[in-house]
Amino acid sequence: MEYIIIIISAVFVNNIVLAKFLGICPFIGVSNKVETAIGMTGAVTFVMVIATIVTYLIQHYVLEKFGIGFLQTIMFILVIASLVQMVEIVLKRVSIALYQALGIFLPLITTNCAVLGVAILAVQNDYNLLESVVFSAANALGFGLALVTFSGIREQLDLLDLPKAMEGVPIAFVVAGLLAMAFMGFAGIV
Amino acid sequence: MTQWKNFTKGFFKENAVFVLFLGLCPTLGVTNSAINGMGMGLATTFVLVGSNLVVSLIRHWIPDKVRIPTFIVVIASFVTIVELSMQAYLPDLFDELGLFIPLIVVNCLILGRAEAFASRHNLASAIVDGLGMGLGFTMALVLLGGVREILGSGSIFGLKFINGDGILLFVLAPGAFIALGYMIVLINKINKKSA
Repeated sequence: MEYIIIIISAVFVNNIVLAKFLGICPFIGVSNKVETAIGMTGAVTFVMVIATIVTYLIQHYVLEKFGIGFLQTIMFILVIASLVQMVEIVLKRVSIALYQALGIFLPLITTNCAVLGVAILAVQNDYNLLESVVFSAANALGFGLALVTFSGIREQLDLLDLPKAMEGVPIAFVVAGLLAMAFMGFAGIV
Repeated sequence: MTQWKNFTKGFFKENAVFVLFLGLCPTLGVTNSAINGMGMGLATTFVLVGSNLVVSLIRHWIPDKVRIPTFIVVIASFVTIVELSMQAYLPDLFDELGLFIPLIVVNCLILGRAEAFASRHNLASAIVDGLGMGLGFTMALVLLGGVREILGSGSIFGLKFINGDGILLFVLAPGAFIALGYMIVLINKINKKSA
């Protein structure tokens, strides 16, 4: 039951993009086409889950054990940066198809604050390992839901006749605001 | 480029938020009031000036292949300094900004300046660049925070000027997107007129 609550809360109520404002850069940057949005979601899911597992282990077996919690930010970002590199190398060897699908998105993920944000949130919420995995996967799903929905809307926006100053990013923000309003309707479910 | 031009480019021509669209997560996340925007902006400015300074100093010794991880370690160290000092001296602001303090480390603005500017210019230029870009970022955050606070709670910097509530939507998540969208429209208009 509590896993279901974690999932619904992360996907709908506290959507990582539309309510917590994490991962806005890819949300605006790669949401022009549905196809690229799906690719980005795949890459983020992959990295987010692995990163949360690894940072969980580091938090509990290194940082807390030796009482160096103040190094959390430095440790986590280094781990995530090297993890992204590693995932890239492994993917290239293991699955060329997957690498070609996700490859171009991987370097962008290092500075995707959603990954670091979820890793830190999982620690702050005192989740155990399984809960952390569920939490990160649900957040990745919420990211994907927002990104794919938004890219579908943006494909339609391209066809609109807008004032020059509103074209591109500004209208995207206004639409994102409306989407966030729609997601506010989920508030109170959990 | 003169130092003065180098300093002012961060405010209008290359403003991080309104023109380059960098560092949007903290921009949207913490600007429910002008004072929060200012705290976040100044914290980011400190990290930006610090990392630009160090990166510019060590730029001749960093091997090209590991430059990005090196920049990240430098930035993360300054973020930790900000995190710990804010926790000690400004605990209220620290609680308000919450998660977004450690997330300064992944603000693409900072890494972007280290890579594109500080690693190629001398110490003085790098510091001026960091100061200009950082204060430009702060200005954007205060503007956005101010607009949202005025519309959303009818106050500015915590001083209330109407009775009752404002348009609550603007302090909530959707208001952040909508307010920023329309502010970019406005900046586009102004920039086109001056160009």
